[in-house]
Amino acid sequence: MQIRLTVNGEPRALEVDVRASLLDVLREGLALKGTKKGCDHGQCGACTVLVDGVRINSCLTLAVMHDGDAVTTIEGVGTPEALHPIQQAFLEQDAFQCGYCTPGQICSALGMLAEAAAGHPSHATADLLAPVELTEPEIRERMSGNLCRCSAYPQIVAAIRQAAEAA
Amino acid sequence: MADDANPIALNRAGLIGKPVDRLEGKLKVSGTADYAYEVMEKPGAAFGYLVGATIPRGKIAGVDISAAEAAPGVLLVWTHRNAPSQPAPGTQSQAGSQAPAQPELYDERIRFYGQTAALVVAESFEQAAAAARLVRIDYEADAGAAVVFDDMHAAARDTGGDEEAQKGDFDAAFASAPAVIDATWTTPVQNHCQMEPHASLCWWEGDQVYAFTSNQSVKRPQHALGETLGIDRNKVHLRARYIGGGFGGKNNSYADLTLSALAARELKRPVKIALTRQQMFHMTVHRPATVQRVRLAADRNGQLTGISHETISHCARADRFMERASAFTKNLYAAPNRRIGHKLALMDLPVAGAMRAPGEAVGMLALECAMDELAEQLGMDPVDLRILNEPDVDPTDGRPFSTRPLVRCLKEGAQAFGWDARIPTPRHTRDGRWWVGTGMAAAIRGNFLLPAKAQIHISAEGIVTVRQAMTDIGTGTYTILAQIAAETLGVPLEEVRIELGHSEWAPAPGSGGSFGAASAGSAAMDAGINLRSKLAALAVGDAASPLHGGDPAKAEFRDGNIVIGNQAEALGDLVRRASPQGVDAVGAVTPDPKGREYSQHTYGGHFCEVGVDAVTGEVRVRRMIGVFAAGRILNHKTARSQLTGGMIWGIGGALHEENHVDPRFGSFVAQDLAQYHVPAQADIAGLDAWFIDEVDDIANPLGIKGVGELGICGAGAAVANAVYNACGVRVRDYPITVEKVLAGLQALEG
Repeated sequence: MQIRLTVNGEPRALEVDVRASLLDVLREGLALKGTKKGCDHGQCGACTVLVDGVRINSCLTLAVMHDGDAVTTIEGVGTPEALHPIQQAFLEQDAFQCGYCTPGQICSALGMLAEAAAGHPSHATADLLAPVELTEPEIRERMSGNLCRCSAYPQIVAAIRQAAEAA
Repeated sequence: MADDANPIALNRAGLIGKPVDRLEGKLKVSGTADYAYEVMEKPGAAFGYLVGATIPRGKIAGVDISAAEAAPGVLLVWTHRNAPSQPAPGTQSQAGSQAPAQPELYDERIRFYGQTAALVVAESFEQAAAAARLVRIDYEADAGAAVVFDDMHAAARDTGGDEEAQKGDFDAAFASAPAVIDATWTTPVQNHCQMEPHASLCWWEGDQVYAFTSNQSVKRPQHALGETLGIDRNKVHLRARYIGGGFGGKNNSYADLTLSALAARELKRPVKIALTRQQMFHMTVHRPATVQRVRLAADRNGQLTGISHETISHCARADRFMERASAFTKNLYAAPNRRIGHKLALMDLPVAGAMRAPGEAVGMLALECAMDELAEQLGMDPVDLRILNEPDVDPTDGRPFSTRPLVRCLKEGAQAFGWDARIPTPRHTRDGRWWVGTGMAAAIRGNFLLPAKAQIHISAEGIVTVRQAMTDIGTGTYTILAQIAAETLGVPLEEVRIELGHSEWAPAPGSGGSFGAASAGSAAMDAGINLRSKLAALAVGDAASPLHGGDPAKAEFRDGNIVIGNQAEALGDLVRRASPQGVDAVGAVTPDPKGREYSQHTYGGHFCEVGVDAVTGEVRVRRMIGVFAAGRILNHKTARSQLTGGMIWGIGGALHEENHVDPRFGSFVAQDLAQYHVPAQADIAGLDAWFIDEVDDIANPLGIKGVGELGICGAGAAVANAVYNACGVRVRDYPITVEKVLAGLQALEG
């Protein structure tokens, strides 16, 4: 089936298998290997990308459901030569070890920061009406959909705080 | 090596210990590090999908692959009936082979649930996955193929071997001691759950195979694949550049490697296979469950007179992997009478294997809680009890320790944590609905060195490149090797390249058992020193060099220059003029037999504060610190991350992680990351870790020790002891989940 996507700002026309997840189309169809497959069941977050600015598990959604959508993957966030501030913060805080969950963590963090800025509360938010303060418990709660088996969790929180404070 | 000749000890440029960012970090944070399944060097890979058996033990009675073969896009369907013939399992036909053949689909026998029973290869992943569901396999389970998991005692048998230790008369000491502990702890099956599923991508060029795989080492899978394919292993070009986590579960190669190589040969195109998350639970290895009986005997002052630690773990029927949970007890506390032992229970389960700190990770969950119970019985502080029982030499075999700063770790940790304010009586502090308490435990982990080699090259541009058949599984190998090479050659870090994960390069043991940095790094330093000798000889023999005629023994390497007396020349200038093709050297480390005359370990102390919800029984770690000793530290940033990561594994082992056996199928009930709970971001708070200053000159030429497994050792026991101090409930059946805490609270409160 034919679909059109805007991926990292570039319009792409694709012929996709209707059974194909957005994740597999990104990785195999578009050779954007930065988005990772950790579980293929929406349980680990390694496949997190931004669709129209909102973070989603790209393994839990079929590519054909995204005709016309704008997708941002880790390749669209920054490059090794020109890292995004949050990528730089992950590097400096040692917020990864094996690196496999990292693109998902970073995309998720970008989505999460936008949610917080828009005032979306979380389970850890005490006052649902006040602006969200990005405390450590808030970040931890909001980032719990992204597993890191190397367990760089404290460093991930530090990196997100560094990036959020710099922004 | 004398310190004045050891560039790592001299640390002239200050690169050793420096918390530099990961060398490959920019690739990882930008998604441009390519893991095995993603390699694009040879496009057009076909997609393989594995089918796992659904019985615990028996045979394949019937196979029908016609529907799968007829499905769209399918290129190949194999079962044992039509797969290529391979050498028998265990075949080691090539001299010096480090791993035996690992054939797949080679007979009708099913030896464990989930064993690979079929392979489908198709043009796309979707086609392969769909066709795999059309493969029809009928199984015939053996009579009696079922798992008696609930009674490991009944299935246990003696193994003998060096895991056992007897000293003095433990029974007599135990019978006569005024203070004793005798209790049994159990730990469940645990799974590695690396974020990257096991995966391989292979293609052939003539009679040579290129095999990209996710493995903790390079040479072992290369050798295994050579044996399996029946080809000279030098025709296997194995690649493992980036590995998405290992933790022991990628020590071996699995069906993805064997079958992608065989299918690529058959189809004459690249083939890639990844295990699904569900398949990982059975097709690879797991940490087996343990039953551990610990007995302590002490006098009234707390001096231990006897220690016994006996473990039963299970293994697959055809395997003998043992979770050596009692082994560290040989080395930790003084006591004249000792009994250490292990037994194995053979079961129709998948193959067990090493998982981060095999032995200590679960063994310390028993012994370090027994010590806490003994301290309470004696009315002693648990830190003081440990210090009182600190041995002068290895308490089992009498060898001296290479270093032994355990007491320093405990004292520094206690002070930093504020341990002296602790109230020893349980149920002393309420914070709203939370009972709050603290606990501690010691940490110990064996230290090892394996033979390794390294090759090093300096180019006419002055770029230093180290090459090794070594891996970085997230531990920081790329980075610490760069620091070692830069410090040894006196060049900036930016001018060093580290290339790992190629089987053609100098052999190194890979990443596992916390031996990676010491083994690979010592060889890299030796290679650097040999390169220095060559460069010095080149300079003094070159009439165009300002160093011409100087004494090469007096050459120093700093700031990118080679220096003799007051003469200096830039390394790049020298090489460009005198050896424009560059200069190569090799180095090696061979464990010094003298090292075995010492008892070598890393150490630490964990201090933890937990809250226990008085209503729900939920346990949350509120703050936790670990203070560790692991020799010289090469990189305080990456080493600290190893520790905090390990401590979080410890928290997971204490509170979260468990799998259950389904006795009908010999399978594990949890087969994904929703059912198997690894610690998540919200589970962790207030964690910190650091090292005390020490150098271990016995351990290896670098004076370092391994840090990958130390953080987990004892961490969970500190959590468990804090749970008791908070709410008065001792749970000896890990993990400490809400229903067990609630049952304990209800028993206490009536």
